[in-house]
Order: sequence, then C-alpha cells, then structure tokens
Amino acid sequence: MDQTVAAPGSLADPGALGSGPAAATGPPRRLTVPGVLRWLRRMAGIVPFGVYVTLGLLLPMIAVAIGAFQDSSGNFTLSNIHTATHGIYLHGFEQSIILSVITAILPGIFGPLVAYAIFTARRGAVLRRIVITASGVFANFGGVPLALLFIASLGSTGLITHWLANLGIDIYANGFSLYSLSGVCLVYMYFQIPLMVLVILPALEGLRPSWREAAQNLGARTWDYWRFVGGPVLLPSFLGCVLLLFGSALSAYATAEALTNGTIPLTSIQIGSFLNGNVIAGQENVGKALGLGMVVIIAVAMLIYVALQRRAAKWLR
Amino acid sequence: MAAAAAVAGSLLLTVGCSSSSSSSGSTSSSSTSSGTNWATATSVSAGGGMTALVAAAKKEGQLNVITLPSNWANYGTIMKDFTAKYGIKVNDANPDGSSQDELNAVNQLKGQSRAPDVLDVGTAFAVKGDQEGILAPYKVATWSNIPADAKASDASWYADYGGYVAIGYDSSKVKTPPTSFADLLKPIYKNEVAINGNPTQASAAFSAVFASALANGGSLNNIAPGIAYFKKLHAEGNFVPVAASAATMESGQTPIVVWWDYLLASEIGPSVKSLKIVIPSDASYAAYYDQAISKSAPDPAAAGLWEEYLYSTTGQNLWLQGEARPIELSTLVADGTVDQTAYKALPPAPAGNVTFPTQSQQAAAENVVAQQWSSVIG
Amino acid sequence: MAAVTSPRRREPLPIWRWVILLLAGAFFLIPLLVAFRFAGIKSFGSVLSQSGFTSSLSLSLRLAVVTTLITVILMLPTAVYVHLRLPKVRRVLEGITILPIVIPPVVLIVGVLQIAPGSLKSTPYLLALEYVILAMPFAYRAIDAGLRALDLKTVVEAASSLGAGWVTTLWRVVLPNLATALLSAVVLTVALVLGEYTMASLALFQTFPVWIYVNSQTSGQVSVAASLLSRFVTWVLLMAITVLGTRQQRRIGGGAVNLFTVARQETRGGA
Repeated sequence: MDQTVAAPGSLADPGALGSGPAAATGPPRRLTVPGVLRWLRRMAGIVPFGVYVTLGLLLPMIAVAIGAFQDSSGNFTLSNIHTATHGIYLHGFEQSIILSVITAILPGIFGPLVAYAIFTARRGAVLRRIVITASGVFANFGGVPLALLFIASLGSTGLITHWLANLGIDIYANGFSLYSLSGVCLVYMYFQIPLMVLVILPALEGLRPSWREAAQNLGARTWDYWRFVGGPVLLPSFLGCVLLLFGSALSAYATAEALTNGTIPLTSIQIGSFLNGNVIAGQENVGKALGLGMVVIIAVAMLIYVALQRRAAKWLR
Repeated sequence: MAAAAAVAGSLLLTVGCSSSSSSSGSTSSSSTSSGTNWATATSVSAGGGMTALVAAAKKEGQLNVITLPSNWANYGTIMKDFTAKYGIKVNDANPDGSSQDELNAVNQLKGQSRAPDVLDVGTAFAVKGDQEGILAPYKVATWSNIPADAKASDASWYADYGGYVAIGYDSSKVKTPPTSFADLLKPIYKNEVAINGNPTQASAAFSAVFASALANGGSLNNIAPGIAYFKKLHAEGNFVPVAASAATMESGQTPIVVWWDYLLASEIGPSVKSLKIVIPSDASYAAYYDQAISKSAPDPAAAGLWEEYLYSTTGQNLWLQGEARPIELSTLVADGTVDQTAYKALPPAPAGNVTFPTQSQQAAAENVVAQQWSSVIG
Repeated sequence: MAAVTSPRRREPLPIWRWVILLLAGAFFLIPLLVAFRFAGIKSFGSVLSQSGFTSSLSLSLRLAVVTTLITVILMLPTAVYVHLRLPKVRRVLEGITILPIVIPPVVLIVGVLQIAPGSLKSTPYLLALEYVILAMPFAYRAIDAGLRALDLKTVVEAASSLGAGWVTTLWRVVLPNLATALLSAVVLTVALVLGEYTMASLALFQTFPVWIYVNSQTSGQVSVAASLLSRFVTWVLLMAITVLGTRQQRRIGGGAVNLFTVARQETRGGA
C-alpha cells in the first residue's frame, strides 16, 4: 500500500516532536533506579557507535583543540588563535567558504539531475551500475592526478583549449583561467557531482511513482509535481547532501594546491603548510588553530542546516 | 635473541604489508651480541671498528628510510647499491612526505619496527629535531671534511648534499635560452614559467622566491622583492601558477621550471631529453639538506653503516652523479677522487662563496611569504 | 508517462535523460581520454611491471573489506535505532558524522598515532579503523537518505507484529529496503579506501595508492598512466561488488514478506 506524505504527529512523521512513546529521549522523568536504568537501556543502542567515535575521532580532535591553545613549549596562549583569525588566514577562511558554497550548490543542481536520469532505470540495469560505480571512482579522484587531467585538457596549452581555439573561441583571451577560483571550482565539480549523485540516489527511492500518477490525475504539470510533491519530499535529504558537499570541498586541498601553488589562499592548504610542510618548522599549533577554525565553520554550517530543516519540515506540512 | 624477537613479531602481526618491514613488532633489535650498543655509539671507532659495524648491521638486516623518492638526487641508485654491497634491505616509506612528516614519524612510531632509522631533512627541521632530542649524535669517519657551519656542534645532524636554484627549460620548445631571472620577464616566455610548489610549503619553491629576491635588489634579510618579482611575472602573463613536475613539462604546459638544479636533472631529465639547466646569472641561492640518525632507530647499526656509506667516496660520488653537490665535494676534488664525468656535467656554479640564511632570517622570510604569496595573482 | 499497473521489465528512458547523461559523460570522460592520450600505452606496461602490484592491491582490498564491514555494522544499526527510537538524537548524530570531513587526514593520523597502543600501531589494520572514521560522513549520509525514503516505523512495527526479532527485522526487512543506500555507502567506502593515500603513507604502510604513487615517479606519462590504472582497477572492483550485491539481494529478498516486495517493485517500475 502506498504512502502519502506523512501526516503531522503520526508515527511516521520524521520531524514531529513527541510523536508516540518511541520518541521520548529526554533525561528520565524521575531519578529512580528503574527510570535511570530504562534510560540507559534506551541509550545502549548507540553505545558501540559512541565508543568508536570517541576513540577514533573525538580524542584526536580534542588533542588538536588543546594544541591550538598551546605555544611550542606547551604553555597556554591565544596567539595561535589570533594569527589564525587575521590577515591572510582570515582571507583564507573567506575564500574557502566561497569555494565550498559554490561547489556545494552547483552539484546540488547537476547531481540530482544525473541521479534522477538513472534512478528510473531497472535496478540491475547496466547503465545504472556503470554510473554508480563510476561515481564512486570519480568521487575519490582528486589531488595531483586530477589537476594534471585538467591542466592537460583546459590549461593554457591544453588540448580542449586548442580545439576551442580552432573553432575560433579563445577562452583564455576571454578571461577564463584554470588557475583562478572559477577554474578550481570547475575542477572540484569533477568529484563533487559524483558524490552528490551517490548520496542523493537513495533519497530518490522515496518518490513513489503513484504520487506522480495521482498528481497528474489531479491536473498537475511536471513543475507542479516537483513544487508540491517531489521537492518537499526530497528537501531534507537534499539539504543533508549539500552540507556533506560543503564539508568535502572545505577540506579538499591537494587539487587546489597542484593547480594554484597557494596563490589562492585556502585554509586547507595553509593547514598543510604548517602541519606537513618543508618550509615552516615549529608552528604546528597555528595549523591546529586553523583546523579548529574549520570545525567552527562546519558547526555553523550545521546550525544553518538545522534551521533550514525546521523550515522545510513546516513546508512539508 | 633475534629468533625470540621474530617469533614475538609474527604473533603480533596479522597478514603483513608488502615491502615495508614485517619482521618484528617489538622494539629495536639492536645487537648487543658483539658488545657494542650501536644505538649509543657516536662513531665507528667508538663502536669498535668498521667490521663490527658491518656485522651488526647485517644482523639487523634492514634499514628504514623515509621520504626519499628514488629519483631524488640519485637515491634510487644509492639504495640499490647499498643493498647490493651489504645485503641489507632498504625500506623506503612515504616517498612524497615532507621534513615535518619525518619528525612526526620518528615521534609517533617510536618502538615500532618500521619507524625511520635515518632522516634527510631541511636544516630548520634538523634543528627542531635536535631541540626535541630525537636525534642521535654520530660522527662519520670523514667528519672533518664537513665544513663546521654545515653540521651541528653536538653532531646530531650534518649536511649531506645540496644545489642551486636553477632555471630548467625544454630546449625543443624554448628557442631562446633564458639565463637569468630578468630574462624570464621577457614576453617571449609567455605562459611558460612555473615553480615546483607552494613557497609556504615546498622548500624548493621558497628558495626560488628567495633567489629572485636576491636578483632584484633584495637580500637574505629582505625577501619582499622576490614576491614583487613573481607578481610582475604574473602581470606579464609569463607565470603559470601550477605545481610544475615532469608531467607538466612533458605535456608542454610548463616549458620553463625554476627548481633545484639536481632535481631538474633527476626528476625531469630522464623523461625530457632536451632539458637544459642553467643557474641564473643574477642570483645564486643554494641550500643543503641534512642527515640525521634517529635516537630511537630500530636498526641503529644499519643506520650508522648507511651514514658511513653516504659519506664515503662512493656515496658522495653517487650524489654527484645525481647532479647534486655533495658536502665534501671540495675534498673530493682536492684528493682527485671525484667522479670527473659527473663533476663536469654539473651546471657551472657561480663564482664566490654562497651565504646561507640564518634560522631567524629564514623564519622572517617565511612569514613574509606566507602573508604575501597570494598577492602574486592579486 | 506510463501507468504503473504491472512492473515493466524494460522501458526506454525519455530523451532528456539521455541528454543529461551524455553531457555528464562528456564532462567526465573527455579529460580521461586526454590523459590517456598523453600517457600512451607503453606507460601502463612500465607501471605493471614493477613489483608489489599484487601485494599492495591485496592489502588495500583487505583494508577495504574490513573498513566496509565495520562501517556497515557500526552505522546501519545505529542509524536505524536512532531513526526509530531516538529522533531527537538524530541531529546530534548528523553533526558527529559530518565532523570527520573537516579534520585534515594528517591531523587525524597524527592524533591516532599519539594515542594508539603499540600493538595496534604495528598492524595495517590500524588504517582500517581510521578509514571507518573517514568514510563515516559519506556512509551515514547515504544510509540516512535511504532511511528517510522509507517508512521505517510502519515497516518495523509490521515485522515485529509478525513476530520478527530485532536482528531478523534488520536483516530481512530493513536491509533489502535499503539496498540502494547500502550500495551507495559501500561504493563510497571501498572507493575511498582504494584511493586514500595521505594517511597510509604517513603511517608508513604500502597500500595500493601508495604503491601507485611510488611507482609513478619515472616520468610524467607514467604517473598519469599509474593514476588512470588505479582508477580503472577500483572501478572494476566496484562493478564486481555490484554484481555480488544484486545476487545477495535476491537471496535475502526471497524470504521477505509480500507487502514489501510489492512496495519495492512499485518503486522500481516506470515513470
């Protein structure tokens, strides 16, 4: 039996507060032993995950956060934070955020298109399998090899540049440069779009074909279907995917470094020069401060995301 | 002793990794059987002579080196020859790594059998390692041939090889050879000039900026003219901001690369036959890398033997064949033991002595570059 | 659009979808072709002739298997549990799982090497444990998208009302319905492990990407050939996984309750 969009307050409503007995997660109402034990048992389901994440992620992160506030002899200092939030490093944060926002939103348009194009194919279809596996490969294709690919194609003496020049279009004379921010954005598309395809594809499963039919029967055109049915259903997952892409672009550095040699200040490249460089010795803690800055940025992005989700949930009703 | 270590090691290890060491998971199998603890011996003679060293090293059976690409200053041949001569396997890990990575690996992998034995790092990092106390003092047999200002007073690190900042160009594509930094500004070199990395991260790129500063009225105290130079180079349209490599030169993207002379020779030379290397006439900037033995080296005798090998006539000439300038070059020339063919193949060095920046000059210059490099393309 | 009265086996995709796929194909494949032309056939031979191809590839494969298993076993029940029983924790979970993406791998591995005990540091499986953290944002996002698309509560309650325990519910009811999500998660994780260079080389292990890099230094053409080869090998392995996955799915799905079989077919067919 098919499902319409979940009614608010129902068991299936994902955003509802206090929907049913399963949702009570606050601290135990009464601090009795059985109450606490019941709460513990409820939380037990996420203990394995919690332990793993604490050991593998949170402890290293705390080490970094502590290092950000230490000078080279281990004393407390705010100078690293000060360095990291001024001058070229502040500029680096700005550029990184701009780059990440652009390369999160553009794939947000093209990625779902590609995903939708294959999603309706039969599940075992060869085309679908090829696109999924190719997306996996491309999503992890970055760094120097990717930069070489694009330099050879679209660099100032690249093959595609030549072809276009033969057709009369000189892209470099018209202001395009692979080594500028827009060029780096273009190259980032190469791994951002496939990533989007892969993470939005499962969400498309939530679009029941019967809804499309029902909408058509009610006289809706394609645009109306997406505006009132498809869009709202996909929006929560879509927002999550865009957040993921934002984070992925924020932390990518090898590709941008190979393309620009640091002429565009990007936080991830700056962190690299402090933490595993050949020039600057003894200032790793500034690198850690920059890393802390990245965590702050993603936390803010997360807050924006949560706010958007709440508005989306309202729209869903 | 070694057998017990091997059994313990195989119990600890699951299916091992490929070429990196899998012989033991326990701490250093430093040989005490011949009476010397090579981990604390400060020279061959103090340890009981070359024969004892060779025997102890062979017993350890392996040497862990780090961040030594095989086409960097002829290291590939050096490692092969060392193995051929002594039968000691050389495990070369993290070839793309940086000097900082080497120090990190020593600290983090202390006690592991795959921890690095010997280091080849930039001077700033050698000094840092010394301050952290992770380097073992050791004087090679030819210690006196190393200039006093090229080694630590406590013998914890010592210069090994170096080179000059040079201009390498593909003579089949670049018809008019450039000879100086000033030349590179000419319009005929449009879209052709690149450096090998990010000056805040790669020492060769940083040195290129320093060299261009010297060529444009700067000094070891003033690197700002170097930034201004690259800004001008970009404004003229000659500067290509990519990280140059053999691939970018082969594909024609960067026919002119400013890099260390020996790296131009060993990393680009083999695949670009028409490569020519010239040291710019308006600036001479050189730097040496430094060798060091890790205090917690799992194979200290092999490490000592490796250093002796590198600083022997054979080792120094092998570096020379990689077109790097070994630190004892002047002694070799004076003694007549230098490899003449390799010596003549070097790009002619500029006259006069080279001065190296001090630590504080370097740190100041790094800060300027870090702050201003991105203004190069505006 | 065709009416869905019976599941269609094969339906031609409308024109505009082919246009999109063609454009995407052009964007992704043309640079590869340019690179292939640059590298030349001979370079591939010189990459493959170096020793260590099979040993490094087998190490990476083992790491990929371990990483994927741990990732799925860790993330799937946690995600399902949180979606079902602790919806308020969902946001926290999303926040935690996105964190690894902004921590530079060099920081993670340095941090891990500082706190890991010696016995763990000596085995390459230390890497697998860290790869789980690296893969977490991607795997979780795919699983989460799949869970949102599913009416999880109804399905789980129906299963438990029919007498299924927690494990049976997960294995025979939830899992088959999350096939696409799991496929995305597995594909992303395996591709990540087979392409991850930084942490492996900093921890001084010779995995496949490290081997590829080490043996690509002879010339620019060889380095491009090596990276193309590594991508191709990854792709072949992923295709193999999808084939296995489909077979496994048929086997599991066979015993599922009819209600869900119908729901799956409906999603698959037409429009």
